[in-house]
Amino acid sequence: MKETRLGDFEETLLLLVGILEKEAYAFKIAEEFESQTKRSTSIGAVHSTLNRLSDKGFLTSEMGAATAERGGRRKRIYSITASGQRALQDSRDFKLSLWKQFPAFAGDLNFSA
Amino acid sequence: MNKKQNHITPPRLAQKLLLLFLKEELAEEVQGDLEEKFYQTVNHHSLFRAKRNYWFQVINYIRPFALKRNRSYQSKPITMFRHNFKVSTRQMLNNKGYSAINVFGLALGMTVAMLIGLWVHDELTFNQYHEEYDTTYQLLRQENGSKGRYTSEWFYTGMGALLKETLPHKLENLLMSKGTPFSRVLAHGDKKLSFSGLYAESHFPSFFGLDMKYGNEDGLNDLYSIMLSESTAKKLFGDQNPVGELISMDITDQYMVSGVYFDLPKNSEFSGTDYLSSYKTFFAKWPERLNIWDNMNTKVYAKIQPGNDLEELNEQINGLFIPRLAETSKERDPNYLLHPMSQWHTTTFVEGVLGKNQTYRYIWMYGFLGVFVLTLACINFMNLSTARSEKRAKEVGVRKTLGSLRQQLISQFYLESFLYSFLAFVLSLLLLKALLPWFNHTSAKDIVPPWQVSTFWLACISFIIFTTLIAGSYPAAYLSSFKPINALRGGLKFGKRATTPRKVLVVFQFLISVMLIIGSITINNQIQEAKNRPIGYSPNGMISISPTSPNYHKNRAVLRQEILNTGMVTEVGFSNYSITNDRGWNNGFRWDGMDPAFDESFNTVHITEGFAEAMGMEFIAGRNFDPTRIADKNGIILNESALQAMQLEDPIGMVITYDPSWAEAANFTIVGVVKDMIKASPFEQTRQSVMFNSEDKRYTAYMYMRLNPDVSASESLSAIEQVFNEILPEAPFDYRFADDDYNKKFEAEIRISDLAIFFTILAILISCLGLFGLSAFVAEQKTKEIGIRKVLGASILHLWQLLSKEFAVLVLTASIIAIPIAHYFLEDWLSTYELRTKLSWDIFAFAGLGGLAITLITVSYQSLKAALANPVDSLRTE
Repeated sequence: MKETRLGDFEETLLLLVGILEKEAYAFKIAEEFESQTKRSTSIGAVHSTLNRLSDKGFLTSEMGAATAERGGRRKRIYSITASGQRALQDSRDFKLSLWKQFPAFAGDLNFSA
Repeated sequence: MNKKQNHITPPRLAQKLLLLFLKEELAEEVQGDLEEKFYQTVNHHSLFRAKRNYWFQVINYIRPFALKRNRSYQSKPITMFRHNFKVSTRQMLNNKGYSAINVFGLALGMTVAMLIGLWVHDELTFNQYHEEYDTTYQLLRQENGSKGRYTSEWFYTGMGALLKETLPHKLENLLMSKGTPFSRVLAHGDKKLSFSGLYAESHFPSFFGLDMKYGNEDGLNDLYSIMLSESTAKKLFGDQNPVGELISMDITDQYMVSGVYFDLPKNSEFSGTDYLSSYKTFFAKWPERLNIWDNMNTKVYAKIQPGNDLEELNEQINGLFIPRLAETSKERDPNYLLHPMSQWHTTTFVEGVLGKNQTYRYIWMYGFLGVFVLTLACINFMNLSTARSEKRAKEVGVRKTLGSLRQQLISQFYLESFLYSFLAFVLSLLLLKALLPWFNHTSAKDIVPPWQVSTFWLACISFIIFTTLIAGSYPAAYLSSFKPINALRGGLKFGKRATTPRKVLVVFQFLISVMLIIGSITINNQIQEAKNRPIGYSPNGMISISPTSPNYHKNRAVLRQEILNTGMVTEVGFSNYSITNDRGWNNGFRWDGMDPAFDESFNTVHITEGFAEAMGMEFIAGRNFDPTRIADKNGIILNESALQAMQLEDPIGMVITYDPSWAEAANFTIVGVVKDMIKASPFEQTRQSVMFNSEDKRYTAYMYMRLNPDVSASESLSAIEQVFNEILPEAPFDYRFADDDYNKKFEAEIRISDLAIFFTILAILISCLGLFGLSAFVAEQKTKEIGIRKVLGASILHLWQLLSKEFAVLVLTASIIAIPIAHYFLEDWLSTYELRTKLSWDIFAFAGLGGLAITLITVSYQSLKAALANPVDSLRTE
């Protein structure tokens, strides 16, 4: 079996794929990552992780349409699979349960699902 | 997009790099993403930043997931390998002639490289047989002499003793040695033979780290003990252990054998030392001579541990010695220094200055030659492989059409080139084994085949891999890149670019060949020049012997008379120095009308009755000594050079005063003048020489006999031996032929000549192989042209010209470049000789024309083959 736990970077990318929907290809994901997190990355690093997530079965991909600014080349559009969504939820639930056990914040925080 | 952006593109190099490593299936999406990023950066920031970022992105794609896989997952590697192997061997067998030439050429190159490599290794490890090679030093002495500042290795025994006493902590293990070999007759039972050996302090064996076969290194501690080399022991005792046996030396003394050491290798300073005995024994009768300051008769060696300052040590030694010297010695400005063993073989002192010697130059020269030959062979190999490439183009086309990956084609070509170089390697090992005895003989070496040396195999393996990669890379990279459609259509064209490097190569190869031809001829001419000089006496039919017996001098007259009585010799004479060297120099000659500034020394030799006749000296004025005239006791004979040096017009009857520092002055009358005799090197001018008439036993060490020309040599020798053995039964009949001794003077030059001829032949062979390959290539290229010309009525001669002219021009170019270079090097080489042959134009012309002739013969094979081919066949090929 492949490793199915999510790393921080992986989790973020997975979420970004969900957010970008039809525009979820490596370049856009990298751009979105940089603008949302204010951290820099490279397309190669993003592509490599997307590839790994696909291997784990959290993502699927297919070649999309070609546009002129890419020199007429097609792009690979990624989308989240059911097991990808489950992994995201598991991750969130796990963290929530951890937060709830945190006495200093337990009363003040209000998480909405 | 607007027009402006069409001109702005991502950096080309980065794009190429990306495609080089990126998986093909990822190329589209990745290129697209990066381009989008690029244009976005251009719009938002600057072009520079965009380019920099593009590079950054490309570099960041070097990740395992994105890299190309080298192996194809579809095929089974073993099956593929077997297939490649089969195809390669079939290729080889289909073109037997071509394969043979290719393999043979490479094998020749490898063999030469191995031989030279072994030779260089042997020279570089000179003296390394001795333990503590790095810390061993010899003490040297420099003084001003009449012929400039000279360097000597001889010292007073007192000097060694003083150093031992005062600097024992720095000069560890100081050793004194007689250094020069002593020729002595060793006898055991009925075996008596001459050997040359050394007397040294008794720790010589441990100092120089001899390998003992029997006994141990301390064996020389006892008085009258002797150690024998393995080969000496074998000659005297056969295979038995001789330790404890008694042997007699020169009949007078009995020595006890205390050990046997393995023979010292030829690349050792002390090679050829047949026996060793101690200083104590040498000076047994005068023990005080082990510490005296009046006779420079010992060499001094010492061990100096690293970390000691050599300069400081030299100064200390100078400070110790100089105050103790006599005033006359101090005037010669003496200087003492330590000379490390690692430099003994490759350095020499000229006018007191340390410099590299001839050996060192030869090491470099041969090293370069080896690398050259090997490189040429390698390039030829590559060339011949690629010249065949057009033949293989279709094969590549078919394979590619059937789905062969480029990777597989590349491995096919590499495997093929590996097979060739491996075969060549095996062949070169056989050649090495066959040639090594001859090479050892010619170069006076004792090189053993390095079969057990792991570094040798390592070097060979890396060389095979290297050759495989070099020779295989061109076809692998070039042929595999063919587009199948072009390859199959047969329209493959090699432009001018493909032939230019080959032409340069041909010029380069013939440059070396022509230079070597010129060199070989010149070396040979130089030898002939010296050989053709009048010798001044006749070495043929003359034997010499230097009897080693204490009874020799008292029986000398009887010996001479008895040998003459046999009728086997026509004359017998004696002298104090050998005719084949020019030892014995003295000054102190005065005569009337002498130039007061004249202070040159003369070679002084003492000869007896019969010497001039036995020698065959040629008188140009006056006469020989006459034993019946008492006045001739004070007569002298001059040689022609002496006559010239003294500037005498009418020498006969002139009186000359001889006043050497070590004897009383006396007057001598000139009775005769002889032609110059070549005694020293035949490449040097003969020097002025004076011969005295003497029957004194001090002056008769060498005996010369002129054999009766009417009797065969074997018959006369056995008769002489019989007489000799009757009168001097204790001495071996160790005669030598004078002409053999004379010819030895040419040994060094003949060695160079033999090696030069060997390398010349090899260089020509290898160049011809290269040329052969190139002409085949060119002929192949022009197949159709020739066909059409033939159809249109061109003659065979015309076609032959068409194909050969180009090569003739190349070789002529090579000759024109080679001549000045060869001239320069040979002038340099000849300048080391006093008498030298002329570098005349006909040698250069001969070498150039010879090169041209060889070229035309080689090329004609291919060009005639092409010219004679039926045009129907050549035009049909499509």
